[in-house]
Amino acid sequence: MDTVHSPGETELLPADIEAIRREFPVLQQEFYGKPLTYLDNAATTQKPQVVIDRLKRYYEQENANVHRAVYSLGELSSKAFEDSRIIAQKFLNAASEKEIIFTSGTTDAINLVAATFGRANLGPGDEVIISAMEHHSNIVPWQIVCEEKGARLRVIPIDDRGDLILEEYEKLLSPRTKLVSVVYISNSLGTINPVKKVIELAHAHGVPVLLDGAQAVSHLPVDVQELDCDFFALSGHKVFGPTGIGVLYGKEALLEAMPPYRGGGDMILSVTFEKTTYNDLPFKFEAGTPNIAGAIGLGAALNYVMSLGFEKIAAHESALLDYATEQLDAIDGLRIIGTAREKAGVISFVLDSAHPHDVGTILDHEGVAIRTGHHCTQPVMERFCVPATSRASFSIYNTFEDFDRLVQGIRKVQKVFG
Amino acid sequence: MDELRDLYQEIILDHNKNPKNFHVMEDATHKSDGHNPLCGDRLTVYLHVDGDRITDVSFQGSGCAISKASASVMTTALKGKTVEEARELFHKFQDMLTREDAAIPDLDEFGQLAAFAGVREFPVRVKCATLSWHTTMAALDDENEIVSTE
Repeated sequence: MDTVHSPGETELLPADIEAIRREFPVLQQEFYGKPLTYLDNAATTQKPQVVIDRLKRYYEQENANVHRAVYSLGELSSKAFEDSRIIAQKFLNAASEKEIIFTSGTTDAINLVAATFGRANLGPGDEVIISAMEHHSNIVPWQIVCEEKGARLRVIPIDDRGDLILEEYEKLLSPRTKLVSVVYISNSLGTINPVKKVIELAHAHGVPVLLDGAQAVSHLPVDVQELDCDFFALSGHKVFGPTGIGVLYGKEALLEAMPPYRGGGDMILSVTFEKTTYNDLPFKFEAGTPNIAGAIGLGAALNYVMSLGFEKIAAHESALLDYATEQLDAIDGLRIIGTAREKAGVISFVLDSAHPHDVGTILDHEGVAIRTGHHCTQPVMERFCVPATSRASFSIYNTFEDFDRLVQGIRKVQKVFG
Repeated sequence: MDELRDLYQEIILDHNKNPKNFHVMEDATHKSDGHNPLCGDRLTVYLHVDGDRITDVSFQGSGCAISKASASVMTTALKGKTVEEARELFHKFQDMLTREDAAIPDLDEFGQLAAFAGVREFPVRVKCATLSWHTTMAALDDENEIVSTE
């Protein structure tokens, strides 16, 4: 097998990758006597030591509830929490920190928009446009609010490569459209959608756009002002941060006009039994004690990504994608699902001889962790007429050798199922 | 590696490749659909029950090697059994897959079902091995809803 690879100029050198790998304690482990080959980054990414240390420091030195303590410890926690909001603002290049709302993740962020913007703006006969490659979390919240309001969900179809069919999208846009909510990078196909075009077309009809950025933020730089998206949702754990924390970005004017999401502490200015005055942005949408440690850990994770730099990340992942695609394409009886023109670090595939679940079990014994199943995108599986796929998704710390081990594992599967 | 060899035994690989009783049954008296949303396995179990005796069993669908082979072996094991015996066999089979202290049944009593003992070392695959059984129990109970392992 050809494992020789010559890096180009912008790529990280093997020594650089080795240094990055050393920052991730999980990757130092072995399973079944073999080094862990972690290729399930679309599900969740591993955490660098700086994030783990930041969480530890918070609990050891700064833990107090935020926004209400008069004592010094509380000031420390509030400052660290709000500093993270500013890091997230910088990461997304949002115009104001008021536009950064901490949520429990992408799912929570989308549900927030569906339950507030959706409820306030959808009526009978109105329409929400999503795409055929959405994660269930960008389908179900809209189904719920559409059903409640008598509105309709419209779906942009995708072609055989896994690209959005933009002509069909244009036809769907109408005065009935109240929102477009699409995924930036598909978690099951790897497609990088032309979101700028999607947004331009929607805005030409005066329709706001939500981007599900769960997969995007670890792979490419996001500038919400340049994209001109109206909402952007992300999960911390998919960008080297802790679980249970995410961000909803929303344009200030839209967020101001939206009714609150959950009621509780922190989201109010004053409460009497007759009337409650809601707090200013972003606190209006942050009821209850937030995931303080999570937000602070997310700040550390976003700083980590920014310090690596997206240019290097993109160059390395693009080299990995080319190498992996070539290696997998060369295997007889293997078919890659999702061959979009622009792809991120996700390769879904099916084998003629074995079901993805069996592939996953055998690869696990080779120390290779991949995802098998429908990846919470059942409509995508139906579109490609497969019950499930095996999915290798990678990140900055993956190496060419990881894919050599994947290929060896697949050959072993083929041997077992001969 | 031994665990893996125990899981993918020849018997299982054979049944996966050439499943027995793998067809629709036109004159089924009982029928049920099973679904494992985790991996997308879907199958339909058909039964012909005469009095309290299962005179014929078949299945159709798609799934991983474990679920397909398990369904195949199950159909051969259930043919000719009474409904009560089928339920009893199901519980024994389930115990073998899930209980640490369950005795490995001997080949005489359990036949090819014993080949699935290795699944116990793979907790996430237990649902694969039991999908067809759960579906069969639902069919015997005359439940018309799709059986889900989730």
